[in-house]
Amino acid sequence: MAEEVKLFGACGSPFSSRIQVALKLKGISYEYIEEDLTNKSPLLLKYNPIHKKIPVLLHNGKSIVESLVILEYIDETWKANPILPEDPYDRATARFWAKYIDEKCVAAAGKAFWAKEKEREKAVEEAWDCLKTLEGALKDKKFAGGETLGLVDIAANFIAFWLRSFQEIFGVELLTEEKFPDLFKWSEEYVEHPIIKEYLPSRDELIVFLNKRLQNLK
Amino acid sequence: MRARIALNIKSVDYEFQEENWLVSKSELLLKSNPIHKKVPVLIHADNPVCESLIIVQYIDEVWSSGPSILPSDPYDRATSRFWSAYIDDKWFPSMIAFFFAQEEDAKKAAIAQMEEGLVLLEEAFGKCSKGKAFFGGDRIGFLDIAFGCFLGSLRVIEKADGIKLLNETKTPSLLKWADRFSSDTAVKELIPDTDTLAEFGEKLQAKMIANK
Repeated sequence: MAEEVKLFGACGSPFSSRIQVALKLKGISYEYIEEDLTNKSPLLLKYNPIHKKIPVLLHNGKSIVESLVILEYIDETWKANPILPEDPYDRATARFWAKYIDEKCVAAAGKAFWAKEKEREKAVEEAWDCLKTLEGALKDKKFAGGETLGLVDIAANFIAFWLRSFQEIFGVELLTEEKFPDLFKWSEEYVEHPIIKEYLPSRDELIVFLNKRLQNLK
Repeated sequence: MRARIALNIKSVDYEFQEENWLVSKSELLLKSNPIHKKVPVLIHADNPVCESLIIVQYIDEVWSSGPSILPSDPYDRATSRFWSAYIDDKWFPSMIAFFFAQEEDAKKAAIAQMEEGLVLLEEAFGKCSKGKAFFGGDRIGFLDIAFGCFLGSLRVIEKADGIKLLNETKTPSLLKWADRFSSDTAVKELIPDTDTLAEFGEKLQAKMIANK
């Protein structure tokens, strides 16, 4: 039966970009549907009624949501270029770090960027704690950013690109070369990886995305 | 509890170390989970595995000859993972909110949120179980474990507040599932007695409020 793969995404979203990277890695053809997050389509709401968010992967009419769940689904469905390692302990480690990035780092960075003046210092310190932990994980080779991209590398797109872009836009210093030399160096190399690069938004696109997020928050 | 249920399903012998984490955390725990400093931690051949759902998947993958915990079909696996994440990220926080609510309004709001989530889970049960006894089908699976570990706490709330969170009207299937889950051999001895759990909850509440 012919495979029908569709991805509902949004230019500027790191979560959407992750899925595009994975699909490219696996060599899967798909139809990409750009969602306007200030005016979500009926189809998006139909396929993700609970969270009403992108990304949504549609495979032969069935929808899969939540980026880390989608990444595992893609890995289990299309076997070329595995995203997760084979060994169960390595898999558990990869899942741990991907979860850490989303639950702690993304959240901490978001808090630091959107914090009000008086809460900013504390929020920034919490974000620094997360980055320090990640720098340690990088040293321990928990994610490599080498030629092969695994689950953690794909999930870390937020750190390498979005976090660094937002810190410029918001004027909040989080990931600096002085504080986190290894992580900084990794992020410079990461954004040059051909597959990652293909799915990074331009600065203008990122600003449009941020403005829409702001609109939604109001 | 999730990890222990999974180990029981696979008939794996293990040593259980009770952490009295309200009082203090052991050296071994802090060394094994330096980032989150939390239970559960599974130590297998000196390797620590943290985060309960990650542990359950690890157990499923290592002891692959035992009964499967995650379904075999990728779409069903994604569905199990989705709902487990929903339980941890959305539903469980409303239970926490209830435990920490000190005013009536806040309590009512938390209950309403929990009830809303339970209705969604009732629907999910219909789809996942496909007419069988558990979310996982004929046997307890990943989502049964993810959700079932909260039954003890649900009963504490029901007893303390006189409300039926799982009930015939809104969650008839979950009500029956709860009994089946609690009586399963892999689970039976693990669900704490309601009064013991209520006592623990009070200590936890006191500690958390003191720490704020």
